[in-house]
Amino acid sequence: MDTDDKMFTRRTLLAGFGVAALGALAFQRSMLDREPVPQRAPGTGRLPNPTVFTHEGKAVKFYDDLIRDKVVAISMTYAQCTATCPATMGNLIRVQDMLGERIGRDVFMYSITLFPEVDTPRVLKQYAEKFGVKPGWTFLTGAPSDIESLRFALGFYDLDPAVDAIRTQHANMIRIGNAAYDRWTMSPGLVRPELIVSTINHVDRSVVHTAHIPATA
Amino acid sequence: MSTQDIVDTSGTAPVCPGRRTFLKGSVATVAAPMILAPRKSEAQAVVLPPSPPVVPWAIELPPEANLLQPVAALDPPPLAWANVAAGECGRDDHPRFGQLYVNPVFYELRARENPDWVFNPAYPPQPVWGWLGSDGQVTAPGPTIFARYGRPVIARIYNELPQDHIGFGSPEISTHLHNAHNPSESDGFPGDFFSPLKAGPNLTVPGQWRDHFWPNVYAGIEQFGGIGDPREALGTCFYHDHNLDFTAPNVLKGQIGFYLIYDWLDSGNERDNSRSALRLPSPPYDYPILLQDMRFDVNGMQSYDQLSPEGILGDMVAVNGKIQPVLRVARRKYRLRVVNGGPSRFYFLHIVNAASVQQPFIRIATDGNLLPRPLHNHRKIEIAPAERADIVIDFSVYPIGTELYLIDRQIQLDTRGPDGVSLAGRQLLKIIVDREPPEADVSRVPLLLRGLPTISAAELASAPVRSFAFDRTNGQWSINNQLFDVENPSVVVQKGSYEIWELVNPSGGWHHPIHIHLEEGRLLSMVNIETGVQIPIPPENQGRRDVYVLPPNTSMRIFVRFRDWQGKYVMHCHNLVHEDHAMMLRFDITA
Repeated sequence: MDTDDKMFTRRTLLAGFGVAALGALAFQRSMLDREPVPQRAPGTGRLPNPTVFTHEGKAVKFYDDLIRDKVVAISMTYAQCTATCPATMGNLIRVQDMLGERIGRDVFMYSITLFPEVDTPRVLKQYAEKFGVKPGWTFLTGAPSDIESLRFALGFYDLDPAVDAIRTQHANMIRIGNAAYDRWTMSPGLVRPELIVSTINHVDRSVVHTAHIPATA
Repeated sequence: MSTQDIVDTSGTAPVCPGRRTFLKGSVATVAAPMILAPRKSEAQAVVLPPSPPVVPWAIELPPEANLLQPVAALDPPPLAWANVAAGECGRDDHPRFGQLYVNPVFYELRARENPDWVFNPAYPPQPVWGWLGSDGQVTAPGPTIFARYGRPVIARIYNELPQDHIGFGSPEISTHLHNAHNPSESDGFPGDFFSPLKAGPNLTVPGQWRDHFWPNVYAGIEQFGGIGDPREALGTCFYHDHNLDFTAPNVLKGQIGFYLIYDWLDSGNERDNSRSALRLPSPPYDYPILLQDMRFDVNGMQSYDQLSPEGILGDMVAVNGKIQPVLRVARRKYRLRVVNGGPSRFYFLHIVNAASVQQPFIRIATDGNLLPRPLHNHRKIEIAPAERADIVIDFSVYPIGTELYLIDRQIQLDTRGPDGVSLAGRQLLKIIVDREPPEADVSRVPLLLRGLPTISAAELASAPVRSFAFDRTNGQWSINNQLFDVENPSVVVQKGSYEIWELVNPSGGWHHPIHIHLEEGRLLSMVNIETGVQIPIPPENQGRRDVYVLPPNTSMRIFVRFRDWQGKYVMHCHNLVHEDHAMMLRFDITA
C-alpha cells in the first residue's frame, strides 16, 4: 500500500512527467496546482463533475459534457497494461464495432486511465490509435485526485483497502448507464462482447430487443 | 490479526486460496506491491449517513394475510404458446400444457407503481413498485396467493410499471416463483425480462403481459406419476422479480409477494376432518412475515446506490413493507412464516418479552419445506437472504395485553455477510396479544410432519460430483473462473438425473447464500476448507433446501435431482447485489 500511495505524491507525479511527454498545457497546470486529496466517497450515488482531459487534449467537464443525458459505457484502463487490460480493450473494440453507427450518437464510450500520473493525453492518444478507437469513444485523464474521486464514484473500487490498492484490478469492469433516467448497472469486461452490448441495450430505452442482433443478417 | 499478518510483499505467505487465485491474475503484470487481502475485520468501513429515525409502533399490520382472489377467467384465454397478437411477450411454449392444464385457477398480477406508500409515518409517502390487490390497493409486498397442489395456476403478470421512470429500479420484470417446481419459460429466468417496450435477451418480442404456468406439481412427476412425489412439497414460496442486473433495486422497490402452497397433508385447515391432515394453525392464523433491509436518505426517501459494486446494506428493516410495525394477535397458536427478502442482510432473530427474555417456539419448516419432525423449544432463527423459517408460537400462554418483540441480534457492517451477534439486538416488530380467539384453537403440531424423500446409498455412490467455486477473478464475480452468460449454459444436465454439487467459497471475505432453481436439494456435508474440519449441520438445516449458505472458506456437498422440466435455469448468489453483479450460472436441462 505504501508504495502505491507514493504514486500520488507530488514528487512521483513530477518524476512521472519527466519521462512522459506532456499533453495540453492546461492538463499540466491542472494536475500540478492541486494537492492530491481524492474524495473517496462511495455510496453517495452522485457523479462528480471535475475537469478531465480527452486523448485529443481537450479539457471537458466530466458529468456536464460527457455523461449528462447520455447512454454511456465507462471503463478504466491504463496505457501500459499487458495482461487482462488488453483483453477488456479487445472486447470493447468489438463492442464498438457491434454498436456501429450508435457510437457517438446514442451510446458514448469512455475509458478513464487508472494511472493519470503517466497517461497524458498524448500517451492515451497513441494508445487509442493503437487499438483503432473511433469517434464516440474517448480516453480520459486528469488530476490524480480527480481521477481517484471518479473511480470511487463510479464504483471501480473494493471495500478492502489492500485489494483496492491494486489499481490494475479495476480495469475489468464496465459501468453502464443511462444518465437521463439515472439507471446504472455494471458488466464484467471479459464476458463475450455481445453480452456487453446487451447490457447497454438494457438501459438504452430506444432499443427494443436487448440481445445483440448482428447487422449482417 | 495484525497488519503484519496481512501484508506480504513476497506473495508466498499463506493466504486463502480464493485471494491467491485472484492475486495471481491481477498483479502479475504491474509494479504494484503484492498485497494480501485482510480478513473481513480490516475491511474499510463505508460511512453513509444513517436513515433518519422512525416512529416505532405507529403502523399496524393487517391481522391476516392480504389475499389475492382468483379471477373467473382470463381474457384472452391462456394458450400453450405466446399470444403475441394479444400483447403477450415472446416467451417459449408451456410444456405439458395438454397434460397438466386441467381445472386451472386464474390470477391476474399487475405490477404497478403506488405513488404514496408509507414505510413509516416519519417518512413521506413515496413511490413503490408493488402489485395490485383484489381490494384495489397496490401494496409492496404484493398480495398473497394461496395455492394448492394439483390445482394448476395461470398467473397472468402484467407489467404496468412506469416505463419513463427515473432513478433506481428498471421497469422490466421477470417474476420468479421461488422455489416452485415450474417449467423454464414460467420460472422467471433473468433474461426473460419484459416490458411493453423491451424484450430481454431470451425473449422474441416485448409485451404488456406474460402468462406464467405454475402447475403446482411436486417434483418427480415422471418418476412417480400423477402430480409427483408429495415428500417434495413446498410450502412457503415467494414471487419476486428476477430482472437481469436489476433484481436488487426492483425487489427493494416492492416486486415481491407471498405464494403459499397447501396439499392434503399441510391442508391450510386446522379443522380438517381428514385423518391425513396435519391441522397446523391455518389462515388467518397462518401469517407470512417478509423482512427487507432498506436505506433512506435525509429526506426519508428510499435510496439505493446503483453505483456501488457492493450495494448498500439497509439500516432499516421493513416488515411486510412497514418499519417497526405492530401485529395484533389472538391468544392462540400462530404459524409465522419468516422470509428474508434481502437484498443483503442476514438475521439472527428472537421473539422476546418486555424483559428481553427469549421466548420458545416450534420450528416446523426451513426454506418453506416442512421438516420431518417439529423442533421444539427453539428460540432463535438464523436466516440469510432468501432463506425462510416457519415457526409455530403459542400466544395462549400470555395474558391479554402482553407485548412481545421480534428482535434481530445480527451485527453486520457491510453487504458481505454477518460480523457477529450483539447482546441486545434491535426491535423489528411488536406483537401485542390483544384478544381471545373467537373460537377454540383446535390447531396442533403433530409429532411427524412431512417425511423426507429417500436418497439411496446406490444413488449417493453413483451420483456424479460437480464442483463450483464461487470466487472473484480480477475484481469480477466468477463461478469456476467463468463469467455469467445468460445466452449459453455453463452446465448441461440430463432430465431425470441426480448429482452431487460441491459448492465452494474460497474467499475470505464474503458469505454467499447460493440458490438453485427447479428442485430442492439436501445438504450432505459442510467443511472448513482451511482446516479440513467438518462443520455440523443443525437439525433445522437437514431437511430439503433451496438456499445453501456458504460462509467464507467453506465447502459443502449437496444432493440434488433435475426432474420433469427441460430448458434454462439458474444457480446464483441470493445476495441480490452479488446476483446483479453476475454471480450467476445458467444450467440447462436436456432430454
